[in-house]
Amino acid sequence: MNFETTIGLEVHVELKTNSKIFSPSPVGYGAESNLNTNVIDWGYPGVLPTTNKGVVKDGIIAALALHANVNQHPHFDRKNYFYPDNPKAYQITQQDTPDATDGWIEIDVDGKKKKIGIEEMHIEEDAGKNSHGKNYSYVDLNRQGTPLIEIVSKPDIASPDEAYAYLEALRQRILFTGISDVKMEEGSMRVDVNISIRPYGQKEFGTKVELKNLNSFNYVRKGLAYEEKRQRQILMSGGKIQQQTRRFDENNGTTILMRVKEGSDDYRYFPEPDLPSLDISNKWIDDINSKMPEMPTSRRNRYINELGLTDYDAMVLTQTKEMSDFFDKMIELGADSKMASNYLQGNVNAYLNDKQVDLSQTEITPENLTTMIKLIENSTISSKMAKKVFKAITEGKEPEKFVNDNGMVQLSDPKKLQPIIDEVLSNNPQSIEDFHNGKDRAIGFLVGQIMKQTRGKANPQVVNKLLMASMNK
Amino acid sequence: MSEKISKDTVSHVSSLAKLELTDKQLPYFTDQLGNIMGIFDSLNEVDTNDVEPTFSVTDQINVMREDVADNWGERDQLLQNAPDVADGLIRTPTIIDESGD
Repeated sequence: MNFETTIGLEVHVELKTNSKIFSPSPVGYGAESNLNTNVIDWGYPGVLPTTNKGVVKDGIIAALALHANVNQHPHFDRKNYFYPDNPKAYQITQQDTPDATDGWIEIDVDGKKKKIGIEEMHIEEDAGKNSHGKNYSYVDLNRQGTPLIEIVSKPDIASPDEAYAYLEALRQRILFTGISDVKMEEGSMRVDVNISIRPYGQKEFGTKVELKNLNSFNYVRKGLAYEEKRQRQILMSGGKIQQQTRRFDENNGTTILMRVKEGSDDYRYFPEPDLPSLDISNKWIDDINSKMPEMPTSRRNRYINELGLTDYDAMVLTQTKEMSDFFDKMIELGADSKMASNYLQGNVNAYLNDKQVDLSQTEITPENLTTMIKLIENSTISSKMAKKVFKAITEGKEPEKFVNDNGMVQLSDPKKLQPIIDEVLSNNPQSIEDFHNGKDRAIGFLVGQIMKQTRGKANPQVVNKLLMASMNK
Repeated sequence: MSEKISKDTVSHVSSLAKLELTDKQLPYFTDQLGNIMGIFDSLNEVDTNDVEPTFSVTDQINVMREDVADNWGERDQLLQNAPDVADGLIRTPTIIDESGD
């Protein structure tokens, strides 16, 4: 029997706003416990929430980035549940009228392109955080009220690899809008997964199994692959899939039963009476649309088709918006695209990896890196000297000034080089003879002498050309 | 809506709210909630056939605040109101993780 897999992904993205969704408390990762909270976040009696305009705006940005239709008349709903990290005993979310519907993003698995639909996306508030000690648990409400966007995929994802590609593409698009850091390790991107399989040709979907504890894209892929196999084996041996929640065990790559689901969740949703409805104008949407940053797919196409870079180069340069913006700025300043691409992927990335920092945390600027590339292009410095200049750039120094201050300017002028070459040749008649007797090594020795005379500043290409001409006279 | 509220419903809702009702309390609260729901029944006498559904009782729309952070510095006062506190955290009895979230 052959089976087809259906995967659904619910992705929560934490927005990088200044303040919370319904209160002015600051939003931030890693603050002192409960410091960023006020009476609204704690759900005190009599307090009233007020919608953060920035969150509504970010919702529109996300919708546009995911080709979704913005709902112009959304309202909020209460989702009722009782848990210590949820002080109001309800979460304000959007149940009836999601922020946007019917979006899509394109994924690429081994060169095969596919569109994955997005069912809907909605805005909601995050809960606080529980931690557990020996005889007690502890609650930190700093995260309570942090704005989230939940993005729900259509059941278009048919394999663990597609799920991985979808998450990558989604993360990148959101990252490029700048509305979230989308970092799994800091919880600003969280993924809930469900998977079912059914025999080919069967109309109804199979029974869904939910997976938890998937803390990286790789775990999502591994957990799904394991689950796909597990379900197949059950069905092949005549068994039935139970509706359950399973936990991914990162140590051995399996999934472990957490609980069997009975009945559906009962959240008793109703419209949030404390928040007035929204009326989002076309003008606002158009305005946001006109300021949308260029998305990674469009940038990649531009790099390949207009700048002549390879698919691989284009992919590496669009890993982050910072890198891509940096590259664009260099091109604007007149840097050669291939050289700019090579330097960013080579020296710059190596430097970032070595220091474990982001580009914005360094002293490297597009202006300085472009100047350095131009100095290499017009032979002012050799690529060997460029290594020292690059180091200076990482220390915030201007390349031209650094080169002049350190007397690093490459000697390329034949008028200056020829006398030195002549002198070296007249001092080494033996080498000339060796060369004419077919000993190529003699050339290396002579170049070495010239380099020594010029303290390494001579342009090797020019030296070679002049030397050969002199020898063959 | 005029359907009478049952003991089963009260029992279900109380378990959602993590409340434990004794055998004595259950009929007591069932009656009480039944009376409250009865008050809502009188609303059903109003003819709403031609009325559009509404989500808010005010006629305000687009009441939003600019995204500006303002820390009201209320942490210590708020923690004083918590039943138990340790190191700036609210201390609670051990939470048994039922949801798995």
